Amino acid sequence: MRLINRHPDRSSRLLLVLLPFALLLFAYFVGSAERLADNPNDKLLPSAGQMLEAVKRLALSADSRTGEYVLWQDSASSLRRLALGLGISALAGLCLGIAAGTLPLFGAPLSPLLTVLSMVPPLAILPILFIVFGLGELSKVMLIVIGVTPCLARDLEQRAREIPVELLVKAQTLGASTWTLMLRVVLPQLLPRLLISLRLMLGSAWLFLIAAEAIASTDGLGYRIFLVRRYLAMDVILPYVVWITLLAWLMDWGLKALTRRAFPWYEGARA
Amino acid sequence: MSFISVNNVWQRYGDQVVLEVLNLQVAEGEFCTLVGTSGCGKSTFLRLLLGQETASKGHILLDGQPLAGEPDASRGVVFQRYSVFPHLSVLDNVALGLELPRAPLLGRLFGKAKKAAREQAAALLHKVGLGHALDKYPAQLSGGMQQRLAIAQALIMKPRVLLLDEPFGALDPGIRKDMHQLLLELWRETRLTVFMVTHDLSEGFSLGTRLLVFDKVRVDPHAPGAYGARITYDIPLNGERRKALAAELGATSK
Repeated sequence: MRLINRHPDRSSRLLLVLLPFALLLFAYFVGSAERLADNPNDKLLPSAGQMLEAVKRLALSADSRTGEYVLWQDSASSLRRLALGLGISALAGLCLGIAAGTLPLFGAPLSPLLTVLSMVPPLAILPILFIVFGLGELSKVMLIVIGVTPCLARDLEQRAREIPVELLVKAQTLGASTWTLMLRVVLPQLLPRLLISLRLMLGSAWLFLIAAEAIASTDGLGYRIFLVRRYLAMDVILPYVVWITLLAWLMDWGLKALTRRAFPWYEGARA
Repeated sequence: MSFISVNNVWQRYGDQVVLEVLNLQVAEGEFCTLVGTSGCGKSTFLRLLLGQETASKGHILLDGQPLAGEPDASRGVVFQRYSVFPHLSVLDNVALGLELPRAPLLGRLFGKAKKAAREQAAALLHKVGLGHALDKYPAQLSGGMQQRLAIAQALIMKPRVLLLDEPFGALDPGIRKDMHQLLLELWRETRLTVFMVTHDLSEGFSLGTRLLVFDKVRVDPHAPGAYGARITYDIPLNGERRKALAAELGATSK
């Protein structure tokens, strides 16, 4: 049988899903054990025990100086910045995308502008943001907004253009004004697409967040990683990376579930 | 005076002439079927009537008034595809037409007004045979049911003119027959003026009270776009139906 026609069944699919993860972990811990056997003070590949110890210290015991639980404090700060940045981006991207994609008079000036703006590397203007908005929360949130909004807006503009013109004509024959047409025909059709777009942008958003935190911050997941880098504290960095990955994955999964629940008509709903 | 009058209408895109010297008088309540080869401007003519495009020359009068230059609630339309909103249930697809004109700010009604609109929409949907599918989404309906929904959606506005652009072109022959039945029933009841573009000549003959044939009279082989199509035949059809229509219209005007 040709390879292209062979499909894994349920149990072997689960096995195939877990296999690469298991291999990665196995390779890591073998390497770690070997290095630690040579030199018990090695910091590069900490063992599971060492990492657990670090997690316990950061997540389950209060910091002796501030009295806070470092991991949770970092997570809360980072997630707040991320949510704020993504929320503002989603709103702005939606407004810009709908305006540029539905109204030719708005699209003419907006569309080329968005294309150019989305090509500006956000990290290149990070210093400008720090100069203009200071080193506080605002500049970190702004970096996410500036990095994510143009891409969201461009994608949504494209999707708005893909709405068949027949539907727009039909809405007008049903008595819609420009405003109600956008509100009841264009907006609801773009909302599921917005969630998909957001999912695709999650990676960039995290990148911007961690870059901003690494440079100027007093807490946050990115801040912590770059802080402990000075002590080669891989036992902290690795669990933090895993934790960030888990958070990102959960957000992606949550947005996917939300798309399915809130928009059952999308992608051909079945009763 | 005729209900719709088309006076020396031309439509050209750049150098390409699509329609030329169209003159047509249509009485209220007529069922005009438009036939002709592909690309001879039937659909263009329909878009002119709809207001989706404006004629490059000449003008169209509706009830003595120049036609509004954009689509509005006086003219309903059913396309071959993409006529219904995928994100609304069957019921909301029809109720939308009652909500939009009455709620200029939010485009939706609330409370009692919403309930009344939905009841009215449900009654119409029962009539077109979709009473069992009110809560479904269009993607869950067959092609024929989607077109029933599109027709109901257009009729809820009580338009004076109904424009159909190959509405049954994608349907099976059996379903098509049912749709013809439905359309004739609704036409008799509402006495709408109907324009229907079709590729199916027998459909054109059996449904209409008037058959309009679009064709190019002049052809320059060196410049295929130089001349447009005209209405080459204008055939009255289905005499009894016409008489019934005339009698009814006469009765109401007395």
